Amino acid sequence: MNLLRDIIMTHFGTNAVLCNGAYPADVPQILVPREQFEDVGWLMKEAGARLAAEWGVDETLFGRGFALLACFARDTEYLLVKCDIPLDDPTFPSLSKKHPTAFRFERQILSLLGLTPTGHVHSDLRPWIKHEDWPVDAWPLRKSFAAAERMPRVEGDYKWVKAEGEGVYEIPVGPVHAGIIEPGHFRFQAMGEDVLNLEQRLGYTHKGIEKRFEQLFWSDGARLAGRVSGDSTVAHALTYCRGVEALSGTVIAPRAAWLRAIMLERERIANHLGDVGAIANDAAFTFFFYQFMRLKESVLRGNQRLFGHRYLMDRVVPGGISADLPADGKVFIDGELATLLTEFERIVNIYDLNASLDDRLRSTGILTAEFARELGTVGYVARASGQPVDCRILAPFSPYDLIPPRMTVLNSGDVHARAWVRIEEVRDSIRLIRELLATLPDGEALTPLGAVPSDCSSFSVVEGWRGEIIYWLQSGPKGEVNRCAVRDPSSVNWLALEQAVHGNIVPDFPLCNKSFNQSYSGNDL
Amino acid sequence: MSLHPFVIELLQFALLLGLAPAFAGWVKVLKCRVQGRTAPGILQPYRDIRRLFGKDIVLAENASWLFRFTPYLTFGVTAIAAGIIPLISVDLPLSATADVIALVMLFGIVRFFTALAGMDIGTAFGGMGSSREMTIASLAEPAMLMAIFTVSLASNSTSLTQMVSVMAHSEFVIRPSLAFALAAFILIALAETGRIPVDNPATHLELTMIHEAMILEYSGRHLALIEWAGMMKLTLFFALGIAAFCPWGIATGGDTGLLLLAFVALSAKLVVGACVMVLIETGLAKLRIFRLPEFLGSAFLLATLGMIAFFILE
Repeated sequence: MNLLRDIIMTHFGTNAVLCNGAYPADVPQILVPREQFEDVGWLMKEAGARLAAEWGVDETLFGRGFALLACFARDTEYLLVKCDIPLDDPTFPSLSKKHPTAFRFERQILSLLGLTPTGHVHSDLRPWIKHEDWPVDAWPLRKSFAAAERMPRVEGDYKWVKAEGEGVYEIPVGPVHAGIIEPGHFRFQAMGEDVLNLEQRLGYTHKGIEKRFEQLFWSDGARLAGRVSGDSTVAHALTYCRGVEALSGTVIAPRAAWLRAIMLERERIANHLGDVGAIANDAAFTFFFYQFMRLKESVLRGNQRLFGHRYLMDRVVPGGISADLPADGKVFIDGELATLLTEFERIVNIYDLNASLDDRLRSTGILTAEFARELGTVGYVARASGQPVDCRILAPFSPYDLIPPRMTVLNSGDVHARAWVRIEEVRDSIRLIRELLATLPDGEALTPLGAVPSDCSSFSVVEGWRGEIIYWLQSGPKGEVNRCAVRDPSSVNWLALEQAVHGNIVPDFPLCNKSFNQSYSGNDL
Repeated sequence: MSLHPFVIELLQFALLLGLAPAFAGWVKVLKCRVQGRTAPGILQPYRDIRRLFGKDIVLAENASWLFRFTPYLTFGVTAIAAGIIPLISVDLPLSATADVIALVMLFGIVRFFTALAGMDIGTAFGGMGSSREMTIASLAEPAMLMAIFTVSLASNSTSLTQMVSVMAHSEFVIRPSLAFALAAFILIALAETGRIPVDNPATHLELTMIHEAMILEYSGRHLALIEWAGMMKLTLFFALGIAAFCPWGIATGGDTGLLLLAFVALSAKLVVGACVMVLIETGLAKLRIFRLPEFLGSAFLLATLGMIAFFILE
């Protein structure tokens, strides 16, 4: 039962074809004619679906041209819509008229694959991710691109959004920041202390990850996926592995599924703890920062002791996990979580009682529910703005179908809400880990990976600590990696930050930014 | 043995120059302790200053004389203030040349030039910092004068040494006017020295900075001088508060024994004063910048109340 699929099939009739070889079966992939691709946009808009991702693929190895895929999501349903693009006319109808999220996706497709969005008069064709000092016709995601050769540098210019008038001034921040954070450029137009507009420019950490996937074996890709964004290494590796396992028909052992979930929740706890502390630190409430960092550190050390890596890097591998829980693991986690919860509640109590911190966090950086929905935000950003999205609950996989998480949805959309959603999620993750441990199955934790058939694709989605992570894998004519499209939650949530700072003052931006804490690396790929 | 007044004056300069970093270090140590961290040691500011003096200066190409001149002016003028504020003795010949209004103006000169230097290079952060600093100054300076005037009323003089002598020789009674003035003075001192909840001296976030944003482009010995002057200013504000509201123990003449005793008393008061400030800083988040007018407005109000209380009750 997939209503989104039915909407498309009813509208297009015989023009729409369900693709074969697209896994998993409950996420259908529909091929529609390119001329009518824009219809998909408004059909899905009317159905209330969000554009979760949009990406292109070079299918020349199959003797075909290019293809464009758009992923729509509504509640528990996901739908992929595909259109073929001939080699001699690399253009596609833009979805940006109905889905503002499409602007960056399509700019990225144009920059990296050389497919031009058409149709919508306001289309923004400035490069995205790829900077202007690369030749315009260097399209890394095309198969004809020579990845080994050195890229020539060219002169280029980037047109910023301008604001003019008496008293309006511009504050450029970054890409190199004073703190230990990733590089990204923010340009403010301000009037006194009031922010008129914020424009982001990312891409400074572009590493060609999607291209690199195509040169790796399926089994090795998990290591690369684990490095898309270092702080969500478990979530990314898990999404990739689930994709490969769907492609190869591998069914993992229950014990592996349970331990993967435990790792995912441990990653969530560690990052949420760090984030809440960092938010307080940006309001100069340093005491809180150090206390939360201490708790985060204890979780990281626990990871090291249990699985042999502080951030659990390379512990999730295709077919299962590479490090099983030690013999005393259950006892250790029980004790660790008990201490953690006690201390956590004590510190949260201080957060609750401190009026000066409260004053800074409340009504700062409000992202309205409307913007959160229109921009298709995911993760705690969406949940703090009244959007009930958590794919652990909406699109659950084992063991989340048996042990469901609780969803915390707040409506104020401010910095406090984003911090408080995290606090509630830490509590819930502790509960989840306890229940997972209590029901942990015995047995092997690694299953051999099956062979990947040729010309197939798989879609996988996992709720990382930052939000919904999407991977789309496609096997080539020989069963090799033809395309690995990655959508980190940051790709959509960064857009929401631009909207959340409107009406705020310049010195409150770091607080807003920290409450979002999106990944630069995951966005730049 | 009695020291010549000018020797005391020199002693005060030396004391401030030498001990300001230790005091700043002590504040840091306390802060670390309160937050459950290991402290770098009370001597860390000395090491920082030495490190900065050993470094080359990175100067923007379009920096004018103003930018290069400001650190020396800041350092010099702040040091001069040490000659006016009675730290260990009220027998200060320089004090006759400048009263408390001049003292506020001395800090005003430093702020004026620092704000100009902040804008001199032309970076967005510098201008932003200057604008914020001047906004705060325009609210803090009148409040500071009002608070000090309340003390002046009680001692019938705007000369600091005179004020201190009167206060030190009066009986200890809680006077409502002075209590109000002290509360106002604490708020102003937090603002003037750039501490939480007004400014965060330890932040790396340029967009939130006030004082730090103006001096962001400084490096090497310039930065060393500015940092050192900042530590002296912090110490001076404490000393000013101590002199105006709690001068007991200060020497009236040049007797070495009494001077020594005054030094011990001053140190003890500084140590305690730092504890109070650290507790305030740890317990509060930084105020949103548009709350500062309310914060400084209440300081002004408190100072005014102090003055009214003086006329009504005393």
